[in-house]
Amino acid sequence: MTLTSPAKPRSDSKRPMPTPPAKRRRFEATYLGFLVPALICFTIAITVPAAMGIFFSFTDSVGFGDYNLIGLANYAALFTDPAIIGAYSFTIGFALVTVLLTNALAFLLAVGLTAQIRARVALRTIFVMPMVISGIVIAYVFNFLFSNTLPTVGEYFGIEFLKSSLLSNPDLAWLSIVIVSAWQAIPSAMLIYIAGLMAIPYDLYEASSLDGASALGQLVHVTLPLMIGYIGINIIIGFKNFLGAYDVIVGLTNGGPGVKTRSIAMTIFTGFERGDYAYQMANATVFFIISLIIALLQLRLTNRGQAK
Amino acid sequence: MSLTLQQRLNKRSRSRVGHERTNWWATGLLGICALAVLVPLFVTVSMAFKSAKQAVDGKAFSLPKPLSIEGFTEAWELVNFPRAFTISLLITLVAVVGAVLVASMASYAIHRNWDKRFYRFSFYYLLGAMFLPFPVLALSQVKLTGLFGLDNPAGVAILHVMFGLSFNVLLFTSFLRGLPGELEESARIDGASNWTTYWRIIFPLLAPMSATVAIFAFLGSWNDFMMPSLIIAEQADQTLPVVQQLFQTQFSNNYHVSFASYLMAMAPSVVAYLFTQRWVMSGLTQGAVKS
Repeated sequence: MTLTSPAKPRSDSKRPMPTPPAKRRRFEATYLGFLVPALICFTIAITVPAAMGIFFSFTDSVGFGDYNLIGLANYAALFTDPAIIGAYSFTIGFALVTVLLTNALAFLLAVGLTAQIRARVALRTIFVMPMVISGIVIAYVFNFLFSNTLPTVGEYFGIEFLKSSLLSNPDLAWLSIVIVSAWQAIPSAMLIYIAGLMAIPYDLYEASSLDGASALGQLVHVTLPLMIGYIGINIIIGFKNFLGAYDVIVGLTNGGPGVKTRSIAMTIFTGFERGDYAYQMANATVFFIISLIIALLQLRLTNRGQAK
Repeated sequence: MSLTLQQRLNKRSRSRVGHERTNWWATGLLGICALAVLVPLFVTVSMAFKSAKQAVDGKAFSLPKPLSIEGFTEAWELVNFPRAFTISLLITLVAVVGAVLVASMASYAIHRNWDKRFYRFSFYYLLGAMFLPFPVLALSQVKLTGLFGLDNPAGVAILHVMFGLSFNVLLFTSFLRGLPGELEESARIDGASNWTTYWRIIFPLLAPMSATVAIFAFLGSWNDFMMPSLIIAEQADQTLPVVQQLFQTQFSNNYHVSFASYLMAMAPSVVAYLFTQRWVMSGLTQGAVKS
């Protein structure tokens, strides 16, 4: 389907044809026009705020007006602040539990959806749906279910710990956040697993079933080892997302009871109300460094996956 | 060549002969699991259509009797639905068009000039932001948008485009690398300018990737809560997800009103998903392999 004249030698490079200098300059201008405005907006919208945040983390600014450079004092204070330590331990713990739950369920659903089942398309459509619904809105719906419906069910069956609202239970409120976050995150992990499962050569299953492997044996000895790369990627992407948890928590507990379920993002956002902008910028910088480490891990894993 | 599961499933669905029988156990189990998705949605719909008298008892599983739309009419006025909906729609529209145009143009410039250091550097520069979580930037962005007079829906739309730029440039450049160069070369021989080449040749070829970028930009922008709630200063200009907060503080026992409002906020993205499933699913797997 080549449209070039047959006499022209086919060029392998995708670079444009050599052009006379005057014309080339005009070309260059369009390319710059395509790229430079985007770069400028991007710099103002993303790079400048990032640099501002890091700079102000070394000051005592309250968000406006004068400020002094105070070195690492904000960082030193962070590591002894019970509110910060509480938020980090809650968020990291919550992210770990949720990522494990999400991936276990997503993997099983993906295995189920690639088996010889009926109504495959309809089921898949249903399972993907939570991904497209606004986190805050679905959290409000679950808020109602946890605080109105579950206690009624607990009352009816005489289950003690369900009788009062899960959301106001200091020991169990986090569980409601895990459930809703997993509910929302399962579809994307599941779709990635389905793509992985679909790429496995079928011979492997036939060979192992000739060798007398059971369905469970096949899952553990054939499927799991081949899926390990996908599992790694899913766990890292999931962990990174759950560390930034906000919407679902706002919709369910709003950080309560007390500050039991306050996430890192929520503590950062208190920076304006309480006039400790600089302090929360130090917090944000620490959070950024953690995210960066996770991202680098993810890159290494992806590159290794591609090298194979 | 050995078949993958994918090819095998495709074959099976065309001719229902294979020696394997339907796995009814798995089908049944998945059906039960599907209830975990369907029940909360069912409760939302059923509560929304209850009358005030019936909704007040807060029974989640009773069916609406009689069917009533008073929840919708009340919610419509209470949250000023037309206004919130229009603002959400405008933000989403700008975010979607911006995501596709800005990212594809930047990607094309980068791709075409990959041999020049400036463009290569720009690529990695844009990519760097993929690892920046929004909470890290949020407070400084609130300050800046206030300064520029962009603490309004326009500011949110611009930020949506800029936040998506990293990932979208990654998707578009990798797609561009896979395109054949001949069409473009022939256009150039015919004397087409860069703009014409981009708009007439490249942009149409990018359509499958643009569809993916667009649908994810739509979902991200329509459902966003964090950014508008922080950036938009004027409460009256808030987006649809943010105005739902109203029901947590006031009117908290008018379940039929709050659920009607939730349903109206959810419905557009669910409907959009049902029509664009194919791109949602393929886009997600592309993204995962690339990111």
